[in-house]
This record gives sequence, C-alpha cells and structure tokens, in this order.
Amino acid sequence: MGDAGVGSAAPGDLPMSDVDLRKASTVKVARYRSGRLWFMATVLVAALVATPVLALIWQALRGSSGLWPHLLAYVLPQAFQQTTALLVGVGVLVTLLGTSTAWLVTAYDFPGRRFLEWALLLPLAVPTYIIAYVYLDLLHPIGLVQGALRVALGFTSPHEFRLPDIRSMGGCIVLLGFVLYPYVYLTTRAMFLTQAANLVEVSRTLGSGKGGVFWRVALPLARPAIAVGVSLALMEALNDIGASEFLGVKTLTVSVYTTWVTRSDLPGAAQIALAMLSLVVALVTTERWARRRQRYWSSAQKARSFTPHRLGTVSGLLVFALGLLPVFIGFIAPASYLVVEAWKRVRFAGLSPRLLLETLNTVTLSAMATLAILLFGMIIAYTARSLPGRVTAALQRISTVGYAMPGTVVAIGILLPVAALDQMIDRAALAWLGAPTGLLLIGSGAALGYAYVARFLAIAVGSVEAGFSRIPRSFDHAARSLGHNVTATFRQIHLPLSKPSLVAAGLLVFVDCMKELPATLLLRPLNFETLATHLYGEAARGTYEEASIAALAIVLVGTLPVAILARVGRWKA
Amino acid sequence: MKSLSTLRLALVGGVFALAGGASAMAAELNIYTTRESGLIQPLLDAFTASSGVKVNTVFMKDGLAERVASEGESSPADILMTVDVGNLADLAEKGLTQPVVSDVLKAAVPENLRDPANNWFALSMRARVLYAAKDLDLAAFNYEDLSDPKWKGKVCIRSGQHPYNTALFADYIAHNGAEATEAWLAAVKGNLARKAGGGDRDVAKDILGGICQIGIANSYYVGLMRSGKGGEEQVAWGDAIKVVLPTFKDGGTQVNVSGAAVAKHAPNKGEAVKLLEYLVSDDAQKLYAKANFEYPVKAGAPIDPIIASFGALKVDPVPMTEIVKHRKQASELAEKVGFDN
Repeated sequence: MGDAGVGSAAPGDLPMSDVDLRKASTVKVARYRSGRLWFMATVLVAALVATPVLALIWQALRGSSGLWPHLLAYVLPQAFQQTTALLVGVGVLVTLLGTSTAWLVTAYDFPGRRFLEWALLLPLAVPTYIIAYVYLDLLHPIGLVQGALRVALGFTSPHEFRLPDIRSMGGCIVLLGFVLYPYVYLTTRAMFLTQAANLVEVSRTLGSGKGGVFWRVALPLARPAIAVGVSLALMEALNDIGASEFLGVKTLTVSVYTTWVTRSDLPGAAQIALAMLSLVVALVTTERWARRRQRYWSSAQKARSFTPHRLGTVSGLLVFALGLLPVFIGFIAPASYLVVEAWKRVRFAGLSPRLLLETLNTVTLSAMATLAILLFGMIIAYTARSLPGRVTAALQRISTVGYAMPGTVVAIGILLPVAALDQMIDRAALAWLGAPTGLLLIGSGAALGYAYVARFLAIAVGSVEAGFSRIPRSFDHAARSLGHNVTATFRQIHLPLSKPSLVAAGLLVFVDCMKELPATLLLRPLNFETLATHLYGEAARGTYEEASIAALAIVLVGTLPVAILARVGRWKA
Repeated sequence: MKSLSTLRLALVGGVFALAGGASAMAAELNIYTTRESGLIQPLLDAFTASSGVKVNTVFMKDGLAERVASEGESSPADILMTVDVGNLADLAEKGLTQPVVSDVLKAAVPENLRDPANNWFALSMRARVLYAAKDLDLAAFNYEDLSDPKWKGKVCIRSGQHPYNTALFADYIAHNGAEATEAWLAAVKGNLARKAGGGDRDVAKDILGGICQIGIANSYYVGLMRSGKGGEEQVAWGDAIKVVLPTFKDGGTQVNVSGAAVAKHAPNKGEAVKLLEYLVSDDAQKLYAKANFEYPVKAGAPIDPIIASFGALKVDPVPMTEIVKHRKQASELAEKVGFDN
C-alpha cells in the first residue's frame, strides 16, 4: 500500500506522533471538510461509551482501599483461578466448535449442508441463563435424562444410582461453550467464504492434502476472525452472572456483585470491576500485538467461494451428524424442553395477555437500540478506516470497552451520570418553564437504550470493520481521486459494499439487546416489562413453568433474526 | 445520507413517544420494588379498588438504592419495597427514606420489626428453616447442629453471600460471637453435599434427588411448592421434605422480613402512607399469608395452613438492628472460610 495520504491499515506499522497527526489532519481537513465531521462524531460516540467508565472510576476513587487485603487473602485468588479456568475452557471449546463447524460446511458438500449452515447459528438465540436453567433441570437426578437412565438400568431411586452433578466448572464450560460458539462460527465462516477461496485452491493445486489446506492455509488466514469471535464469546462468558449463579461457579464478576450487593460497597465493587477491565484490555491488546506483523489483504477481484469437496453417503451422513451435535445441544434440546414446559402451563393457565405487550416492548426497544448502535458502529469503523492514526485507533478501542464489563456494572455507570443529567433538566425546566419534566431520560427508556449502546457497540464496530476490511483500499483511493469527499465515498462505496456485514451486525446486536437482563432490570421506566424482565420475575418467584413461556418467547423472537442472519451469510457466498 | 437521517428521526420520535406515556400524573403512586410485582399485584389491585389510587410499579433486583439515590429530588418513587432487613436498613442509612408518623403502623407492626426512627416497616416475615428428608428421625434442630460431623456430605444450601444466609450468619454472630461463627461456617462448609449455590427450592429438589438429606431454606417456599402454585413438579419437591423450625441453642428461629419505606422525595406522600397502612390491615395481612405463604407481622392475622403445620414459630429475640450490624462481618467470614468455593 503505497498511498501516503491514506496511510496503513495497521496503526502500529507507520507510527505517527500527535504532531504528525495534527499536521496530517490539517491537510486532510482542508481537503476533506467532511472528514472532520466523521472525526467529531467518533469523538462523541467514544465519549458516550467512556462516560460510564469514568463514572465508575469516580466511584472507585471515593472508596477506601480497605477491602483489598481481605480480597487478596480470601477472595481474589479463588475467583481469579475460577475465572481463568472458565475462560480457558470456554475459549478452547468455542474455538473447536466454531472453527470446525465453519470448515465442515464450507469445505465439504454433504446432504443437509444448507440446513446446517444456518442452523449452526441457532444457539445464539438461547441466553446463557436459560441454557443453564434448562440443563440443570434436565440433568438433575430427578430430571428426565437420569430418570430414563434409571428405568433403563433397573434402578428405582436416585439414592441407588445417579450421575455426577452438572453444577460444576466443567458443566458451566460445556453449557456456555455450546451457546457461545456461534460467534466464532459466524466470523470464521465469513472469512473462509470470502478470503480463503483463491489461496485454498492454489494450495490444492500445489498438492496440499485436505488437512494441509485447513491447518496451513485456512486456519492461519482465519486467525483474526477467530480472535474476534472468541473474544466476543469470552466477554459474554466473563460477564455472565445468571448461569454461574445456577451452576455455582464463582468468577470475578460474582466478586464484584457480592461486594456491591451483599456488602453495599459500590466503590469497592467499582474497584474490582475496573481491575477486571484493565485485565481484559491487556489481554485483547496482547492478542493484537501478537499478530502485529501479520497482514491480511484481500485482492480487488470479487471474492469467490471455493468449490466444496463432495462427500460420499456414509461420510456425508457422519459429517452431518457431527455438525448437528452442537445445534442439538445448544438449541434443539433446550427449545424442545421449553416448548413442553410452556405447553404444560398454557394448558393449565392460558396465555397471559402481558406477553404480547412485552414482546412488542422487547422488539421495539431492541430495534431502536440496534439502529443507534449500527449507526455509531459505522461511524467508528469508517473513521478508523478513512482517517487512520493513533488517535482514531484509540477512540475505536474506547468505544468498544463497554462489552468488556458486566452488564450490571455498565448499568450503574450509566445510571449515575444520566440521572444527574435528568435532575438538571428537571430543575432547569422547573425554573424556566415553570413545569418539571420528571426524569426525561430514564422515564423515556433513553437511559436503557444508552446502556445497550455502551454495552454492545463493540459487536457492531467489530462486524462493520470486518465488512470494510474486505473492500480493497484502492476503491477508497479511486473514489477520492475522482473528487468524492469522505462522506460521499462512504455512501457510494462502503455502504453498498458492506451491506451484508451491516445486516449481520444489526441482527447480532438485536439478539444481544433482546437477551440483555441486568441493565434492563435496573434502568427501565415504570410499568415497562420486556420478555427478559418478565422471565426473571417469574424465575425469582419460582414459577418456572410460567417463566418457560417467556423464555420460549425470547428464543423464538431471537430465532427469527438468526434465520435472516443465515440468509445474509449466503449472500456473502 | 437519506437512510441515516431517517434512522435518526425514527429514534428521536420513538424516544419522545415513550416519554409522553410516562409523564402524566393524577392520583397515582409509584413503587420501586425488589419483590417481583406478581407477588404484590393482588394486594395493589385491592388497594386501587378501595382507594381509587392508580399504582405504578417497577420491579428491579439490585441497584434500587443506587437508582433512587441518583434520581434525587426528581425521583418519581413514592414507596420503596424490598426484602431482607439489611436492604431496608441500607435505604434508611443512605438517607433515601423519610420517617412516617402513623399510629396505625405503630399499632400493627411490633417494635422489633420496624425502624426505631420509623423509616421502614416490616410487612411480612419468613423463617429460615430446616428442610429434611422425609424418613429422617428429626424432631428438633439447632442451627449449631449444622456443623455436626454426622452430616458430612449431607447438607445443601444456597450461596453464603445471599442476603438470606448473610442475615442468618449475622444472627449466629450475635448469639455465639465471631470466632465461633467462623469455626461453624468452616465446619458447615465441610458438610456440604454440593457447592453452595442455586436457590432455596433446589434444597428440596436435591433432597428428593438423593444429593443431600438436610438443608437450610426459607419457610414460604414450602407453601409455594406444596400448594402447586409453582407447577405440578414442585409439589413432588415439597412433599419430599419435612420442615423443622430450628432454633439457636439460646434463642429462637431466625426470621427475616419484607418491608417498605416512604421515599425521601416522594411526590405522593399522602397516598404512600395510605398504602403502607393498607398493607398492615387485616385484609392485606391475610392476603400476604395466603398468596405468598409468609408470616403476617400483625398479631392475630391468620397463617396459611401449610405454614402453620410446621408448628408454632418462636421468633429469635435478637433485635433486627443487631443483625444488621453484623452483616458485613458475616459476609466476610463466609468468604474467609471459602463457603462458596
């Protein structure tokens, strides 16, 4: 890439000092006034996401450091060990499941491949807290599986025979792994489809075997995609509180929680949360640093999908069964369980009219938040591309930091500044207009939308960035040299060319907003229920059958976008 | 940028549409509650029917105090409702409540079950009881017995950091001192059949599943399970156990409360006090017992037959304020012995 005006894709590669950047950007702004707009918008979005973190830092500073000796002695060693075990376990599992299934449906042709292509995404629709609850019930000594096993083996009571308890680290890793692998599947498959074709075929021509193609070409090529997918999955695992509560795994997130809730020590909780955040940022930075010397360029030719290898009947069926396994564990089994439980309840008590309104609330709120997140995601990713440099890279990192924090912590970080702003507006309105506005931002649900933005912007930025990275930079240069400014280039080149990844990002974000629980619980207005809060309420009350109706509704509403997502995946092909 | 500006328009429009719905106020009352609204809805409906006051609720879990505090003077909250005496005391300590002078409340709620400065009032009680396998020969039980080595591998309990357990451990400190409590917690931890975790109902389920023989849990869950309100399956869980009301060696059964307070900046204070007074009326207390299987706070109010079948409740005499005081230490001791690990 010899174009000095636009610079390199990797910020580490052509280091620019701030002075350089200022000089460079002066030149740019003179040439492209619209570039400045993009930059300002990026600063604003980054500030929006940084605000809750700053609020937490402020909270943390208000506390004493008095709890650290106790934490260091009794809590953190254990929590750290559990967190590490969970992340390593889930990381390995999602990498294995996600990469292998993505390769199977891309490189091989077998009966049922088209079905698996999209079905492999279905577990995305199942929130971690639901999968944990369902399997806890199914695999309990008095549950369906062990009950059937006892009958088959001739035992009459769980006192005589029972399997090991699923409430363990191993159980938690497996359950989380089977609902989180689609993040890796999604990103990796897109990479296999669009990037690998030429190289795979070249390596086939040069005599590589099937294994060689996978290990030596496809896998290294897919590494950035795998890294993105795995880090999304790991953040979800790290911030999970529902599943670990059910399964008895005590991560650092649980420590944050205990400190805040049980001991009413918000500053202390903020301190732990920030320490955790620094750790995550360090890990992500290390991963990026480790592949700093690697470059991935796409050719300007239209990406082709490569011809899958046709399998025989027996091996085809075997591969199909193999690919179906994660779908079965992550979606079919829990969804069927929910259908049965929900049916029991509906037969007994009918369908609550609340459900329709709650579904509407859920869809409306999630859709609005998704649109905002997508817009912000495009701003960030496009600014990083068209005005590369340390500053934009830093802004991009900041804008994605919310995903690395537990939802409850983000929610508290948002509550503090937003409520303060609300009070200011209220007072100002009373003073100038003579009428109070009440809590405009919290009362309207805007605070909740903000929480979703802060929490899930990372997903949009990541996906959009991945989409942009498939557009050769020569396109940008051509458009610019033909006299288009930054905005026009975006509209004419990037927006149309990255549509599939925009849609994919939107759907992924939508499903995540819909499943979100802790921030929704804390920040929603009076009399406003979503499916997730309804589900939580029923579970808190212990009316699990009623809860299963809400859970099923979440899974169903989530399945729709996942199915669309799968179609989008096909356009890419 | 046509599509983008449409996007923005839709967003702004949507936000204002939502705001319109939330701002109108007549004779209304706003409740922030950590009790699931389904639990208290029958009571609120009855109140609305008799008073004509519309009640709005938002149910949340953690962060109720933070939300009210940060909303400050603009907060629409009139009543704060929560479970666990520690949470109630927290609200008062953080200055989020206001004292209520009401002879009705004073007469109905025993002194031990309300804030000395009248900032909060308990509305119902629940006991921390022992669930035991049906076939166990066990008529009486002391909390102290939980550490007996004869229960090794036979005890189930939820997280040691759950407020219900924290209050129990705090009460233990009040009776036996911190050192004895630490030793007791370590020994109980050694007796656990599985990791501390899950919910109180899981204790019954796990006893039925043969994982453990005894466990500590709240009294009302037995009513919820046996009555069939939680679904047919739970009836079996409830029937798998018998309930013993344990006591401290030198005291009674540990109880916790659900309660409410009037928010400091309540816009509708008059209605708020009216609702509190309604909640301790004979009718409402009866509903509490019937709908949620809790012990009424008002003397003479009837107890649900399922709960009454456990025997007469002898409430531990340690004052609630004392339990609140030991809460932090109780939580730290549980961490120190690795209760949840």
